[in-house]
Amino acid sequence: MSSIEVIFDKCIGCGLCVKACPFAAIELVDKKAVINEKCTYCGACVDACKKYQAIVITRHTFEKHDVTQYKGICVYAEHRHGKLSSVVAEIIGAALKLKNILKVPTSAILLGHNVKPLAEEILSYGVDEVWMIDNPKIGDFAEDIQAGLVTQVILEKKPEIFLGGGTIFGRSLLPKVASNIGTGLTADCTELEIDPETKLLKQTRPAFGGNIMATILCQYHRPQMATVRHKVMKEAAKTDSTQGKIIEMNHIPVPDPVIEVLEFVQEESETVNLADADFIISGGRGIKDPKNFALIQELAKAVGGAVGASRAAVDAGWIPYSHQVGQTGKTVNPKIYIACGISGAIQHLAGMKGSDIIIAINSDPEAPIFDVAHFGIVGDLFEVVPELLKQING
Amino acid sequence: MNIVVCIKQVPDTTDVKINPETNTLIREGVESIINPFDAYAIEEGVRLKEKYGGTVNVLSMGPPQVDASLREAISLGADEAYLLTDRTFAGADTLATAYTLAAGIRKIGDVDIILMGRQAIDGDTGQVGPEVAENLDIPHVTDIRKIEQIDDQGSIYLERLLEEGYVRLKTKLPVVITVVKEINEPRLPSLKGKMLAKKKEINTWSAKDVEVNEKRLGLTGSPTQVVKIFTPPKPAGGKVFDGDIKDSVGKLLRELRASGILMGSEKGDE
Ligand SMILES: Cc1cc2nc3c(=O)[nH]c(=O)nc-3n(C[C@H](O)[C@H](O)[C@H](O)COP(=O)(O)OP(=O)(O)OC[C@H]3O[C@@H](n4cnc5c(N)ncnc54)[C@H](O)[C@@H]3O)c2cc1C
Ligand SMILES: Nc1ncnc2c1ncn2[C@@H]1O[C@H](COP(=O)(O)O)[C@@H](O)[C@H]1O
Repeated sequence: MSSIEVIFDKCIGCGLCVKACPFAAIELVDKKAVINEKCTYCGACVDACKKYQAIVITRHTFEKHDVTQYKGICVYAEHRHGKLSSVVAEIIGAALKLKNILKVPTSAILLGHNVKPLAEEILSYGVDEVWMIDNPKIGDFAEDIQAGLVTQVILEKKPEIFLGGGTIFGRSLLPKVASNIGTGLTADCTELEIDPETKLLKQTRPAFGGNIMATILCQYHRPQMATVRHKVMKEAAKTDSTQGKIIEMNHIPVPDPVIEVLEFVQEESETVNLADADFIISGGRGIKDPKNFALIQELAKAVGGAVGASRAAVDAGWIPYSHQVGQTGKTVNPKIYIACGISGAIQHLAGMKGSDIIIAINSDPEAPIFDVAHFGIVGDLFEVVPELLKQING
Repeated sequence: MNIVVCIKQVPDTTDVKINPETNTLIREGVESIINPFDAYAIEEGVRLKEKYGGTVNVLSMGPPQVDASLREAISLGADEAYLLTDRTFAGADTLATAYTLAAGIRKIGDVDIILMGRQAIDGDTGQVGPEVAENLDIPHVTDIRKIEQIDDQGSIYLERLLEEGYVRLKTKLPVVITVVKEINEPRLPSLKGKMLAKKKEINTWSAKDVEVNEKRLGLTGSPTQVVKIFTPPKPAGGKVFDGDIKDSVGKLLRELRASGILMGSEKGDE
């Protein structure tokens, strides 16, 4: 079994490990570090104790895979209503970058009905192979059967890396696949890199509501799997010359689904959905009254963006929960995020810190939102937003 | 209806502060709470029991102090509490956590519905729910905002939140459901509930009490390995305009244009 040990002879009781531990799992007892049951083996203390090397983690692992059998980078091609999800071009972009270093083929798994045109679209991004199962039983929201199918394709084709979108669907499908195969899965990554020496995939992701970042490896199990946060990776570009091929995998039997879709409802209040929006205008408690969201909507419309909100505005019942941005709402990564009357509580920041440009409009110059904003206007939003509208409408 | 609600004890991130010198989380004085999403799962379990009858079991894996959170769940209306606690569970990633929770659920036995939160606010992965379903070989549906009804045939009707709206779904019990906060408004603990919670016996299970392959537990059973933890670089703090509003807006738009960004009709006919 794995263990963590303090070598008492080497421990000088400096307490650096105590400070470094994010889980309050180390105490000093008689000037020696003692690790308690809150320890999660994260290794922060081992790093902190580099100088004295007094803390040692012994790691064992279950049923290692034969990693040499796995080759290539594969992405999951999510699609809905006959269109590829916008995250697909992004993860292909990420896969192609990794390919440059690993020099291995790229592929995509595409499941659905009448999806050949999508397969061709995927190839146009420069992917080498599309592994496709075309069957009328595979519906848009059917992770129940898709998880089994993806697993079988992976076990047959053995890619060393498998990436999916950090979308609601991707974050539901990939865990089931990872568990099925018995490999690791890193959630919602914002950075993917190949370690030049070990050739392992370094997966970096925010945790604790974006307060800390963690870099994660999956050393002994394959594929190395990750979901990738939407709107973070640069999209692959389409090309005219497609050399890749479509490989039909219809020999894999498709079971009957157990989840039945009764109805799909596109929420009307949203002209653009938050996850895909390039511009997001958000309102918080400073909006003061539900009617005033009309002003936010007007600005959103003028720039072709979507409307977001802080939890305070949602809790007040001014706007539906589907608009909430933040730790308990949606995570967004638009080109521009305009926060109107939002103080910038860390839970709100957790959902929008990744935006390319943050603009804050707030009457309080001390509001913490100004600490993360690239641009800020101190002033009454009921004056600033109309002026903004006036000037952008020319 | 035999219901299991999986709850996780997490640090209350409202209190989490970063030590600017060491760049690490300050944990002192940070309270432990039931993961906020799991509170909605508990409430939904209690509501299902009120409607269809049955038992609400809360299950958690974690260190002994999770006892407090399980008692809180009892005060909120849960009937039985189970704690999986053992040194060999420590260091579990989502794969090992789900494996262990599934063993606990099997031991509770004959479960119809497993309710979980959409994600835990410390790890933020949302993977444990689907992975528990895989271990139990049953379907799962994530991000549920409404349980419409359960009929006599054991079909359950659900509304699932999506990026652009929602879908209504039907599936069969048993099923794993992860919930979003829109699903309900959790009640406060009752006085009677608090009294009950104090006296309640928490069923505590170690690795030996459940049917597991030891190699699949904790750090040993975890394929992923955290190799580095760091604080994201703080944004430098940008330009703040605090003068005349017309002026400020003009300056802002000029800055944006300078970095190649156009808004609204400025965008022209692109
Ligand atoms: C577990 C947990 C999870 C949470 N999850 C989320 C989440 O997902 N999303 C989220 O948003 N919050 C979340 N919160 C809540 C979060 O901590 C804050 O309470 C919330 O974001 C505050 O919203 P606000 O900024 O709109 O309101 P306030 O903090 O009240 O700020 C209003 C701001 O508006 C400014 N203002 C007022 N009038 C005007 C005016 N006329 N013109 C310009 N400015 C004006 C004020 O100066 C102030 O800065 C969570 C909290 C917890 C504990
Ligand atoms: N240690 C645990 N004990 C019980 N339930 C857990 C545990 N970890 C995660 N869960 C459940 O899984 C959900 C998702 O957690 P996570 O995948 O860690 O984001 C939580 O909301 C809980 O319902």
